[in-house]
Amino acid sequence: MRRLLQVIPVFFGATFLIFALVYAVPGDPIDALAGDRPVTPAVRAELRHRYHLDDPLFVRYGKYLQGLSHGDFGTNFRGRPVAEIMRQRFPVTIRLGLLAFLFEAVVGLAAGVVAGLRRRSLVDSLVLVSTTVVVAVPVFVLGYCAQLLLGVKLGWFPVVGIREGWRSYFLPAVVLGSLSLCYVARLARASLMEAMRADYVRTARAKGLSERRVVGVHALRNSLIPVVTFLGVDLGSLMAGAIVTEGIFNLPGIGQATFNAVHTQEYPTVVGVVTALVLIFILANLLVDVLYAVLDPRIRYR
Amino acid sequence: MSMSAPPPDAARLDAARLDAGAPAREAGLWSDAWRQLRRNPLFLVPAVVIALFTVMAVFPGLFTRTDPRACDLSRSLLRPRAGHWFGYDLQGCDYYAKVIHGARVSMTIGIATVAGTALVAVVLGTLAGFYGGIVDTLIARVTDVWFALPTFLGAVVVLAVLGGNGLPQLTLVLVLFGWPTMTRLMRSAVLTVRDLEYVTAARALGAGDLRLMARHVLPNALAPVIVYGAIRVGIVIAAEATLSFLGLGLQLPAISWGLMIAGAQPRLLSAPHLLLFPGLFLSVTVLAFVLLGDALRDAFDPRLR
Repeated sequence: MRRLLQVIPVFFGATFLIFALVYAVPGDPIDALAGDRPVTPAVRAELRHRYHLDDPLFVRYGKYLQGLSHGDFGTNFRGRPVAEIMRQRFPVTIRLGLLAFLFEAVVGLAAGVVAGLRRRSLVDSLVLVSTTVVVAVPVFVLGYCAQLLLGVKLGWFPVVGIREGWRSYFLPAVVLGSLSLCYVARLARASLMEAMRADYVRTARAKGLSERRVVGVHALRNSLIPVVTFLGVDLGSLMAGAIVTEGIFNLPGIGQATFNAVHTQEYPTVVGVVTALVLIFILANLLVDVLYAVLDPRIRYR
Repeated sequence: MSMSAPPPDAARLDAARLDAGAPAREAGLWSDAWRQLRRNPLFLVPAVVIALFTVMAVFPGLFTRTDPRACDLSRSLLRPRAGHWFGYDLQGCDYYAKVIHGARVSMTIGIATVAGTALVAVVLGTLAGFYGGIVDTLIARVTDVWFALPTFLGAVVVLAVLGGNGLPQLTLVLVLFGWPTMTRLMRSAVLTVRDLEYVTAARALGAGDLRLMARHVLPNALAPVIVYGAIRVGIVIAAEATLSFLGLGLQLPAISWGLMIAGAQPRLLSAPHLLLFPGLFLSVTVLAFVLLGDALRDAFDPRLR
């Protein structure tokens, strides 16, 4: 319950910050909308009134929140509701993000656990070296390499677009998830290694429990907490990081929409997307807090 | 006992030390770490690579005499060849010279950003950890808010507000979105040190808050920030390249690895060398900083030895 209260200022703070920043962007959006055509003062006044451009910052933010409370993210300067744009674009990004999340969680944990159990073995070194190298290669370089090699040269996967259903998400998801996968693997490895040296693991061994039970129930469960924390924070950043991956693989997701919105100064869209991402981030973190209590019964919330 | 003359025991100890003929072996955190680092190839190799890239950033003329802007369209997109190992780009500029000159942007932004971030993080983190209470809560709430904002989208908006895409603006943006993590790190490090007995002892001897923080708490709480800082340089260099690649960072005719990779995109199949070389340099630079951070962490964390 206390956690829930702490979340409230984060939501208002973050959305207000982005709102204020967008407010401070120089340039008149009406000019951007009109392009080269002249705008009569009457039309300009009407447009400014419709988009609340003449109100002071706090009033505008208040009106925005008011709309938000019943699902209205505002309209962009072309008269399209931002919520509609997001409804159209978000499914692509969510599919991409979830697939990437699944990939990083499953493969990352598996690699981390295998490496952590066999410290300084060949597998361990392999995991360490490969994760370090992948961390160092920026996502867009990795994306192009994957596209060129697996998509164009070998022809295993579709290169761009989403016409082939889930298959077309595979390559972008792997590219998007690869960076976090490395962190997950390293975190799981380090944390499991530490847990394996803990007293309670020695006790469990001394009780004569099978190795499988010692690792699976006693060590792993305790070492999962940092990994779960990271995964929770990462769910939001995956959606936000999709802007690069969507660009490379030409997926019509939210990242691309935001990217275009920035270039055409469609700031209502940007604010809407950031608000949605902040919400996802907050929900993911609350979920992590609940999971803590499941993983470690000593952690209780009042 | 009077403090003017050293107690006899101390004098005897000093004499014994002189007799041994060797300087006393310091066993502080820093000297210990340094002694271990000097022999660790995983520290030395990245350190040498970073030194090399630093020299490349400051004196690109040592590596190439060719002007990266002296271009000849008749050589457009030529493949690598003897004397011009990296080939030519679309405008017919020598690609080797361009890649060498690209180091300056990456190194400048990496080091400037992390220096700025560390400054903010050390000050705020120390204040939050040392004083606790309302100061801590206030700083924690602000970091929470910044932490909730998505980095790239936020960066895009801030860049639009600043109305420019030069090096100073990019540095500022990357500091803005980097400080929360480092501040939290610093705060937790200060928390573990703050209540140790030697700090209490120093306080009992009458040391003021400022002196306590600067002389007693900071030296023993700085290690995690240094480790993360080294890794962060790598992350920031990659982030700058990504922003420039997206068209939101530096603009042509600036010379940056991110811009070069963006320019390589439409010609991936016909001229893969345009992607290969800047991609390679970028990756090696980032890798060096990440490895450096790993080596530093191992040296600072005695539990892992």
